[in-house]
Amino acid sequence: MKLRTNILCLAAALAFGIAGSISAREKEIGVSVDAATPVILIRNATILTVSHGTIDKGDILIKDGKIAAVGGTLKAPADAVVIDAAGQFVTPGIIDCHSHIAVDGSVNEGSVSVSSMVNIADVLDSNDISIFRDLAGGVTTANILHGSANSIGGQTVVIKLRWGQPAAKLPFEGALPGIKFALGENPKRSNFRTAGAPDRYPTTRMGVEETIRSAFTEARDYKKSWDDYNKRVAAGEKNAIPPRRNLKLDPLVEVLEGKRYVHSHCYREDEILMLLRVAKEFGFHVQTFQHVLEGYKVADEIAAAGSGASTFSDWWAYKAEAYDAIPYNAALMTKRGVLVSINSDDAAEATHLNQEAAKTIRYGGLTHDEALKLVTLNPAIQLGIDKRVGSIDVGKDADLAIYNHDPLSAYAVVQKTLIDGRLYFDREKDLAGRAAFEKEKKDLLEKAKKKQDEEKKAGAKKPEDKKAEEKKPDEKKPEEKKTEEKKPEEKKPEDKPKPPQSDADEGGAL
Amino acid sequence: MKRHFLSFLAIIAATSVLGAGICNAQSSAADVAITHAKIFTLAGAPIEDGTVVIHDGKIAAVGAGVTIPAGAQVIDAKGLQVYPGLFDPVTQMGLSEIGAVSATVDTTETGLFNPDVTAATAILPSSAHIPVTRASGITEVIAAPSSGGFDSRNATNLVGGQASAIHLAGWTAEEMLINKRAAMVVDWPGIETRSFDISTLSTKEKAFADAKKEYDTKVNELADYIEQARHYAQALQSPGGSGIQRDVKLEAMAPVIRGEMPLLVFADKARQIRDAVEFCDKQKLKMILAGGTEAWKEKDLLRSKGVPVILKPTLGEPPEEDDAYDRLLTQPEELHAAGIKIAFGSFDNSFARRLGQDAANAVAHGLPYEEGLKAVTLYPAQMFGLDSQLGTVETGKTANLIVTNGDPLDVTTDVRYVFIKGQLTSTDNKQKALYEKYLSRPKAAH
Repeated sequence: MKLRTNILCLAAALAFGIAGSISAREKEIGVSVDAATPVILIRNATILTVSHGTIDKGDILIKDGKIAAVGGTLKAPADAVVIDAAGQFVTPGIIDCHSHIAVDGSVNEGSVSVSSMVNIADVLDSNDISIFRDLAGGVTTANILHGSANSIGGQTVVIKLRWGQPAAKLPFEGALPGIKFALGENPKRSNFRTAGAPDRYPTTRMGVEETIRSAFTEARDYKKSWDDYNKRVAAGEKNAIPPRRNLKLDPLVEVLEGKRYVHSHCYREDEILMLLRVAKEFGFHVQTFQHVLEGYKVADEIAAAGSGASTFSDWWAYKAEAYDAIPYNAALMTKRGVLVSINSDDAAEATHLNQEAAKTIRYGGLTHDEALKLVTLNPAIQLGIDKRVGSIDVGKDADLAIYNHDPLSAYAVVQKTLIDGRLYFDREKDLAGRAAFEKEKKDLLEKAKKKQDEEKKAGAKKPEDKKAEEKKPDEKKPEEKKTEEKKPEEKKPEDKPKPPQSDADEGGAL
Repeated sequence: MKRHFLSFLAIIAATSVLGAGICNAQSSAADVAITHAKIFTLAGAPIEDGTVVIHDGKIAAVGAGVTIPAGAQVIDAKGLQVYPGLFDPVTQMGLSEIGAVSATVDTTETGLFNPDVTAATAILPSSAHIPVTRASGITEVIAAPSSGGFDSRNATNLVGGQASAIHLAGWTAEEMLINKRAAMVVDWPGIETRSFDISTLSTKEKAFADAKKEYDTKVNELADYIEQARHYAQALQSPGGSGIQRDVKLEAMAPVIRGEMPLLVFADKARQIRDAVEFCDKQKLKMILAGGTEAWKEKDLLRSKGVPVILKPTLGEPPEEDDAYDRLLTQPEELHAAGIKIAFGSFDNSFARRLGQDAANAVAHGLPYEEGLKAVTLYPAQMFGLDSQLGTVETGKTANLIVTNGDPLDVTTDVRYVFIKGQLTSTDNKQKALYEKYLSRPKAAH
């Protein structure tokens, strides 16, 4: 299973990544991005509002990208585009609180144990096909995180899955940025040491704590130097010299000031409590514990700190710190008063987060509403965007997923996904467009092959042209590429579960 | 859930004879009758308000008007449903405990040819994975060496060893065994243009032509090996055969050569599948394809050669960036419609419990429901020649059954009772125990 290989990939992701090469044509797969439609009426649907129960046969009116009305039978304005959703289920768009999609290259700046100076927002890749695939799984918002190679990782960004829009249009407007922390095996590099390579501090959970304490000690002093400076300037001092800007410490000061969320990767109960102690010492808040597979053991402490927990449905045993993971984790923490979400950490897993949430009904007995909240309203609250998204309420963004069955089942298939009242995914259209897409692909490949054959022929006729070729060695490259394109099944390495190389760029996840 | 657990215990206490059966032990017990259940036999229409009688580990009777033998322990399954236990045909069950801890992983031997190694040898009967998997309704699996999963040594075999069919209950591997030598694993080589060099932590690119040459070399090596094994098998059977110098590896290949043991060939790409099917056809070897990510591209060949396919999880990522987003989800129906026998496999141990979910997702994308159900019960049994014993609820078969409160493929369904070899077998496990323990943790003081 691919998600298993991510663990291995951390080694690869330490410093290197294979840049995803995605041709522009993928942008056009399946769905054509409709221009924003000012007024949409979704009719006759079972509406799972998440915030105020289920409306059995109801309508949702969307105006200017926002939910304008929700209820029994609404009147369709004359200019409304009507979506008949009879027999279908509408939910708030799925929110994935832990994702690594839409990142160009490696998710880990793994050379240092504190990499707070780097920002995932700088390397968003709007052409990543995973955006479209997750959108087709009903996901509308994702928390894009740096990897877990470092005790203090990089800065993070919340995006909307606006497929087809440029990277600059992906970030969720106004969402507070975050920073990734990581505890346990990954930052201490337990599973990723290379023979002969020197150790990187830290290599123990003790050292992870001190790495974080040391960074915040610096940040506290740095903040004080700025506070002092600002005070002197405010007092009218003309010749005050500003402290030297420190790009590593700036984001940590934002954490201290509550302007940046801490999303901390963790597994074991001891490290969870460790971070809560450090947070208390320095006076910052841990917004979410990520993975937090042993969160159920210290649920009371997490709840008391007011931190959220974002976990997996049923992953376990892929490494030592995941051996006590239980599928009851989300339900148990919920019962103990923790705000819980279920996340993907994996592009493929994100396509069925509704099913993963449903498992808490079986494992721990959550109600239908509680289960659905795990992938809608709860992650919205955890990301501080619940005023905008997470439930079907008047005034919220029209980010919706429409399923053909109750979404808390393995039989539910997403039919449509809307973001900002705009239809970004339509299964019917996707299916209808496939033949044309395949034909275009075939035509292009044939054209390339023809051109290559002609070039070969021309080359065979005029061996004296060798000189010209030598002059322009660059020209040979595209020709080789074409050869590969003819055989799409051969152009990539095997994607068997074993070799880490095929998706080395996605490591750092687990 | 706690309530379920307690009522479950209450039932066990009430049917005290079964008390001994609640563990892994397989001992002779009184007859059992599961009554008032809806029985999905998979060998005909479902039976409403039916009874299953279990005698001596086997299904003694199934039907609506079945007489309950005197002295039988009765389990009233009113409102519940009976199915054959699920069968996961590719796992590392018992061979791997914690993926990243190599000391606990025995999935893949080093070297190119290991036909003599056998999964059953290294299956840990007390592995925590077994009861966890069982609780999801899986009653038997194939444990396959060199079957992927998580192996930090990244070893690449050609012949990986013998896969064993096991019940998910038993105190020892012997008690668990269904067939120690169920199949011979072949990890079909791939054309690798990219490799990761661990010493420099960098990715190395290779020209396609070079990668292809390496691929051809490996395939030729495999062909040579089969040839050697054939000669060895012939020599063994020849009049003076008992006098030849014995070789444990080649000896292990003999059943494969004789067509008695199928090759379980791991291949995903179209070229690999094509080459593997043609290879096995030419060599007259019985083949089961495992993986099959691009099996749809070779469906005509697979059908014409009668090669069954065990599919990797449908919930994975499509192999190519320009594949339809639901490529893996629609493939099962595409193969089924083409007349190819399919089964689903987890190719894992800790994710084995997603087997039903995978089948359900294929059903959601066009596979008929009954085919989805058979693809995790009867069809894997057929592929490994075990369908006379397993895969349906029929008289005379081994009583590997599950009793559920709903569709065993869906994600919210609870498995209430698991019978393995006719014994009511515990659904308790490490995870449930941890849940109970921490559910009852006194509220922390702050």
